[in-house]
Amino acid sequence: MSSLQKLIKTFSLWELLMGLRLTLRNLFVKKITIRYPEEKTPQSPRFRGLHALRRYPNGEERCIACKMCEAVCPALAITIESEAREDGTRRTTRYDIDLFKCIYCGFCEEACPVDAIVETRIFEYHMEEKGQNIMSKDKLLAIGEKYDAMIAADKAADADYR
Amino acid sequence: MSDEKITIEVDGRELEASPGQMLIEVTDRADIHIPRFCYHRKLSVAANCRMCLVQVENAPKPLPACATPVTPGMKVQTRNQYAIEAQKATMEFLLINHPLDCPICDQGGECELQDIAMGFGRDISRYSEGKRVVKDKDLGPLVSTNMTRCIHCTRCVRFGQEIAGIQELGTIGRGDRVEIGTYIERSVDHELSGNIIDMCPVGALNNKPYRMSARAWEMEQRATIAPHDCLGSNIYAHVLRGTVKRVVPQDNDAINETWLSDRDRFSYEGIYSNDRLSRPLVREDGQLKPASWETALKKVTEGLSALVEKDGGEALGAWVSPSATVEEAYLAGRLLRHLGSGSIDHRLRRRDFRGQEAEALMPTLGMPIAEVESLENILVVGSNLRHEVPLLAHRVRKAAGSGADVSFINAVDYEYLFRVANSIVDPGADFVAVLAAVVEAAGGSIDFELENRQQGSEAHRDIVASLKSGRAGIFLGHMAQRHPAYARILQLAGRLAELTGATLGIISEGANTAGVAYAGALPHRGPAGSETGTKGSDLGQMLASSVKGVVLLGVEPEFDCADDVAALNTLADAEFVVAMSPWISSSATEYADVVLPVGTFAETSGTYINAEGAWQSFAGVARPVAEARPAWKVLRVLGNLLDVPGFDYASSEAVRDELRDLPARETGTIRAELEAAAAVSVRASELDVPMYATDPLVRRAQSLQQTLNAVQDWRKTA
Repeated sequence: MSSLQKLIKTFSLWELLMGLRLTLRNLFVKKITIRYPEEKTPQSPRFRGLHALRRYPNGEERCIACKMCEAVCPALAITIESEAREDGTRRTTRYDIDLFKCIYCGFCEEACPVDAIVETRIFEYHMEEKGQNIMSKDKLLAIGEKYDAMIAADKAADADYR
Repeated sequence: MSDEKITIEVDGRELEASPGQMLIEVTDRADIHIPRFCYHRKLSVAANCRMCLVQVENAPKPLPACATPVTPGMKVQTRNQYAIEAQKATMEFLLINHPLDCPICDQGGECELQDIAMGFGRDISRYSEGKRVVKDKDLGPLVSTNMTRCIHCTRCVRFGQEIAGIQELGTIGRGDRVEIGTYIERSVDHELSGNIIDMCPVGALNNKPYRMSARAWEMEQRATIAPHDCLGSNIYAHVLRGTVKRVVPQDNDAINETWLSDRDRFSYEGIYSNDRLSRPLVREDGQLKPASWETALKKVTEGLSALVEKDGGEALGAWVSPSATVEEAYLAGRLLRHLGSGSIDHRLRRRDFRGQEAEALMPTLGMPIAEVESLENILVVGSNLRHEVPLLAHRVRKAAGSGADVSFINAVDYEYLFRVANSIVDPGADFVAVLAAVVEAAGGSIDFELENRQQGSEAHRDIVASLKSGRAGIFLGHMAQRHPAYARILQLAGRLAELTGATLGIISEGANTAGVAYAGALPHRGPAGSETGTKGSDLGQMLASSVKGVVLLGVEPEFDCADDVAALNTLADAEFVVAMSPWISSSATEYADVVLPVGTFAETSGTYINAEGAWQSFAGVARPVAEARPAWKVLRVLGNLLDVPGFDYASSEAVRDELRDLPARETGTIRAELEAAAAVSVRASELDVPMYATDPLVRRAQSLQQTLNAVQDWRKTA
């Protein structure tokens, strides 16, 4: 390239104009930004968010304290204590997930033989006090009850691939 | 079996075998694994699970390795396609009726069926018909059942027949309707019945107190020593987050083989009993109130020093549990002697202390435990053997099974579960008279006044003849040692042993009578049998003279002492009582001035010396409950506070090594001259302590207390 050409390009601000052309084009393209929290991005039914413990339709809790999730958990976030309930069935007396330790890998859900522990699509939650990061059995069951329809729909949507 | 060896070829490897051995024994020794369910090396061969099928050259069909004797030059394939196909087919049949409830099964993770199904099972079942369901049996408070899981290996049935000696379980029905059960609904009550839990390869028979409380993979397995009988069975405590969840046996052919008595297996429940102390207690204004360790220890030092200053060291006594560790007994003895008192005793259930200077350094069987089963003649005096030391009873039973003459001199004709050659039952428990008659039958003379002289009978002469005819052992049981004329019994048994050439052994009480005696928890002897120079009273004298200050180490006098009333009165009258105990009993709230919470066997390190004189050290396996501390540490700190010289031990090993390095003094060679004592007649029930009431730990084991043995024993004493 001749030095003259270079000189003209420099003084006509050619490269700046080329840059502004890209800006101008994007001004008319459809936007991907959303107005969170009014608007939300779509989620996969496999999304791994806050945990929940499920119940059977008759109200009986699914978890049988087999401790497979505890064994498979790579972050050692799950702590379970168990005993025989009065009717002789195997149940947990304590089921704690430490959300600070949890890495949301979803192994617990995969290991569960009775689909008791699941990860819901809830990702917006916070803690205000020390200790609230421990999700106890009661809290997990409450989440399971509250979002039962969502969990069931997600499971149904993913059923063909399992 | 002759010593000649033959050679066989397994998977291309040349292996040496003895003729008559089963194939599986040879492959097991060579680390060639053949899957199996019904075969167990301590049980007879049943060959009913068919899992160990292997290919043997020239055999028309696959043969079970557990029931195929080796022949010279036989060629075996265990892992070729033919053998694997046979094993896989067997596995498929076994899984037809086995439920897929591994997630809720307590055996999950340690299940032989699960393991072998991983290796030989198909991924998908071809069987779509309904599975068989079997009603569960109620086998009592120790063993839980889930009979649908049973694969009918009959290990539990054979255990009952061959090891326990009483067939409590059997098979009913045929083919696919076969069921394991008791036929008439009843519990399994044998004192070794807990072993069927280990025997069961699947989750059909399981540990009831442990039921559903943990999983096999999350617990840590820590080795320790059982704290109840003089064998010192080797055990593993399975610990989850610092808490003992269950106890299983550790193989040791010299002591407990693969077995464990129910008392050793289930007593851990007592560790976490409701009356476990969480903090030291100090008496203030007549009430025991929780206090800090500093306050409590200060109170103890002040109390002991004040008492010694006022009344001299003789006013102080210490009662040590025969299940205390060697270290605890050694430190307690040193501490007490520093304070000027030699009154320390561990022989809580003993009634006769005469001639104690002549006794051996420590009471042992006089032979290795394993040797008991090879004795040709055994005489047991004053022992409810099966209840006192269940696994020693098993050894004696083995001896009887291989032809030994086993005789008993007892107050009650107990059920021994083997052939008894001669049984002399004296309902008045006058063992002295019976033994004197036996000694006379052996040609000895009696050189003391004997009131109820007995005429020698056929049985007496038979016992002597059999004792003279081969390797023989005379064993004195717990009831003999609790007898009001124990000194005479010991003397006569010693004379009988001399006359017949038999070995005299003592089946001592508690887990560590031998160790505690060696460590010097005796009024007349210091550590390793040394002369102490400090005069002391034995427990009988302490109770008679009412000591003013008492240190209790793991003792509950209302249950642990022969004369419970006198013991409680002594404590009530005492000015200062320190109780070192993991638990607080209702009577301790009456008599104790300070209660120091110490650790149980699971929470302390220490050493037990067992009935063959073996030192077995163990480490603490569980986290101490609340503020409880190991007793040896508490004693060490007390020693420092009381300025005992040379009391700066850093570990229990240091204490043990100091004791072990002391030269042992020869004792027990002097002939004791016994003063005559009035003939006392005792009831057998007074001598026999219920099996599950022997020490504070087992008394608190809920499940054991619900067993038929415990209920019947309590009813008898009540």
